[in-house]
Amino acid sequence: MCFLAPSQRSRSSSTDMDWQGQKLAEQLMQILLLIAAVVAFAVGYATASFRTMMLIYAGGVVLTTLITIPNWPCFNRHPLKWLDPSEAEKHPKPQVVVVSSKKKSSKK
Amino acid sequence: MHTFGYRANALLTFAVTALAFICAIASFSDKFSNQNPSAEIQILNINRFKKQSHGNDEVSLTLDISADLQSLFTWNTKQVFVFVAAEYETPKNSLNQVSLWDAIIPAKEHAKFRIQVSNKYRFIDQGQNLRGKEFNLTLHWHVMPKTGKMFADKIVMPGYSLPDAYR
Repeated sequence: MCFLAPSQRSRSSSTDMDWQGQKLAEQLMQILLLIAAVVAFAVGYATASFRTMMLIYAGGVVLTTLITIPNWPCFNRHPLKWLDPSEAEKHPKPQVVVVSSKKKSSKK
Repeated sequence: MHTFGYRANALLTFAVTALAFICAIASFSDKFSNQNPSAEIQILNINRFKKQSHGNDEVSLTLDISADLQSLFTWNTKQVFVFVAAEYETPKNSLNQVSLWDAIIPAKEHAKFRIQVSNKYRFIDQGQNLRGKEFNLTLHWHVMPKTGKMFADKIVMPGYSLPDAYR
């Protein structure tokens, strides 16, 4: 699966998880927990054992934690390319021209 | 959802919510169980029947209690609390309930039993009304679940009476 090759980049916020990965991680978390809850209840009810239900659910929560919490590389497939600082100086931000408006603009 | 902490918090909240949900369904599933408990009580002996020094009547009995409460146990039952109470009417109180014996049944195997025991708690009246008194013996039970609402019910057995004179 996607977490077999460890990430070799330096630890910085840009390599933790990109936006696509975060969405995937959140969806995966919700689906895995729901499945764990349903399976736990079904098995517990069928075996008439409350303890079984709790153990299966606890196992499901631990599994979900392992899959969705750490920064696996598969959640970082579409990293954002931030602009280099030297590049940014060459292309300054365009100045916003303030047309007359009723709101007071704050002075810098 | 950027940092570890944020994701861990979201996971924990969702996990606890889902846990609450399956516990609620587990508690609801109790409604589908068939329950038919039965019980019978006999008074074997009236050991003592006297008037106390401060004026109230007191009785000591030996009871033979047999009950089958196995159908009350479901997968969601932690224990069943059962007690026997004597109920009668006096001019002063329209209903007197005196608890005579109780027990905790922790598992289904122990729920079918027959015991002979003298009353665990003293049967003392508020007054001197017990001579010749007719009373009901009621077996109450409280089913305590592992998760959910506790519910209680009882079986009323009428037709018991005390002797007309002190012994």
